[in-house]
Amino acid sequence: MIGIFASVIDGVLVGAVYGLAAMGLTLIWGVMNVINLAHGAMIVLGMFMLYFLASVVGVPAYATIPLVAVVGFLFGVVLYWIAVHRVIGQPELMSLLSTFAVSMIVIGFGTALWTTSPYNVQVRVPGITWESYTFTGTHIMAAILAGVIAALLYLLLYHTRVGKAVRAVSGNREAAELTGIPTTQVLAMSFGLGVALAAVSGTLIATLFPFTILSGEAYQLKAFVVTVLGGLGNPAGALLGGIALGLLEGMATPFMPVSWIPVLEFVLFVFCLIAYPRGIFAFVR
Amino acid sequence: MKGKNPGAPIAFVYKDDPFVYKDDPFSKTVVNETRGLATKMGFKIVFDESYGPDTTDFGPVINKIVSSKATALLGGGHYADGATLARQLYDQKAGLKWITLLVAPDSPKFATLGDAAVGISVPSQWEPQVTYKPDFGPTAQAFTKAFEDKFKIEPGYHAAGGYTAGLLLQHAIETAGSIDQAKVAAALNKMDVVTMFGRTKFSTAPKEHGLQIGHEMVIAQWQKKNGKILKEVIWPKAAKTADIIY
Repeated sequence: MIGIFASVIDGVLVGAVYGLAAMGLTLIWGVMNVINLAHGAMIVLGMFMLYFLASVVGVPAYATIPLVAVVGFLFGVVLYWIAVHRVIGQPELMSLLSTFAVSMIVIGFGTALWTTSPYNVQVRVPGITWESYTFTGTHIMAAILAGVIAALLYLLLYHTRVGKAVRAVSGNREAAELTGIPTTQVLAMSFGLGVALAAVSGTLIATLFPFTILSGEAYQLKAFVVTVLGGLGNPAGALLGGIALGLLEGMATPFMPVSWIPVLEFVLFVFCLIAYPRGIFAFVR
Repeated sequence: MKGKNPGAPIAFVYKDDPFVYKDDPFSKTVVNETRGLATKMGFKIVFDESYGPDTTDFGPVINKIVSSKATALLGGGHYADGATLARQLYDQKAGLKWITLLVAPDSPKFATLGDAAVGISVPSQWEPQVTYKPDFGPTAQAFTKAFEDKFKIEPGYHAAGGYTAGLLLQHAIETAGSIDQAKVAAALNKMDVVTMFGRTKFSTAPKEHGLQIGHEMVIAQWQKKNGKILKEVIWPKAAKTADIIY
């Protein structure tokens, strides 16, 4: 019985990080109707930024997060102007192809530079042991930081003029333009914000597990499931969706082989698309 | 260890042992054979589960291993998943006395896991540190030095195995005193030698003629010495460089 509780708690902790990974994806979709297929690559860039800052330069792992966020944001803004701006308002296939190309380029460069060998960042945070089960300090820290970052995003979106502009553009770009909001800059900033969130989630994931240049794909897939659970374009729902997905993994694992968990997740994915196309957590929009 | 005798790799599977392995043909084949041997040797398998190729978080699997009260673990699949499993077993203090994983611990990069690597063992065909006393040809150390001087990289078992194949053929030709195929084949049939790769003997039974039956797998274990994480050979006795840590 304790084992089941342990799995559930573990699931929630990891789920919060899944939620953070999905927030960037859903923000970009919500503001500019772009499905960012480079999201996994951005997650991996966050992982490698942690590796080089922490293992090579010697910056404490959690102190790298603000720097990763800033670099991720700037990279995202540049990426917007290069690869996304011209496909805004075009058929969705255009933005899919464009972001997929970005993903291929980033992964290609990464493979050439760092190979597909795994990298590991040693992070030591005391955990909590309950009976024979240990909840690692890194998982607890990652979940707390994911919650803090989600709260900061909420404050930005709902309690600042910039956030109001982002929501206005998300709601109706033409109307926002008529009220004097520089919508193109808002779109660039939103894309930067989405990439920053992806990179920071990658950094947090890299404190938990070893990773390779190809690791982003698995987290991108999870982000898609979480985004559909939480509702497309709904950052708060993404966090709840991530926690719900982690909870599902935690609750199901004690009763079925772990190799069946992805099947369960994608059955849920299809069910949500059919029964709740606006997301299970649309009410927190 | 059973009777303090690390004779066969399977002896590292203690009672109440789990199997966790990657859901692919290579891992499944290895586990199927090991499972049968473990059962035959009286070990109790308390956990037996595969994981998917895209598994990134082993937390739930490790919780199940802890619940099974296992004391040893055999498993793994390839590099990325094996390294992640090893790190999470350490982070989650899984309380296992023995861990053998396929593939991942064989790579020098496994040392980057730091303390999480210590104690993890891996079956291998050959390691550069083996201390076999060859009947002919170079020692593993001499071969390794020459290889590194030429190619600037540590030789793996593929390189050592290929080189040894050439050595054995040369030895068979010299023994036969001819390059006549029948005479060389007869020399190979009679061959029972030790090279830097270990013992070599070929089966002459009709159903498995030519199969290698002399070679023993090497077991390597990551150990910490003077603050350094090193891979040591712990089996077979003829090739070991350090005692087993259990």
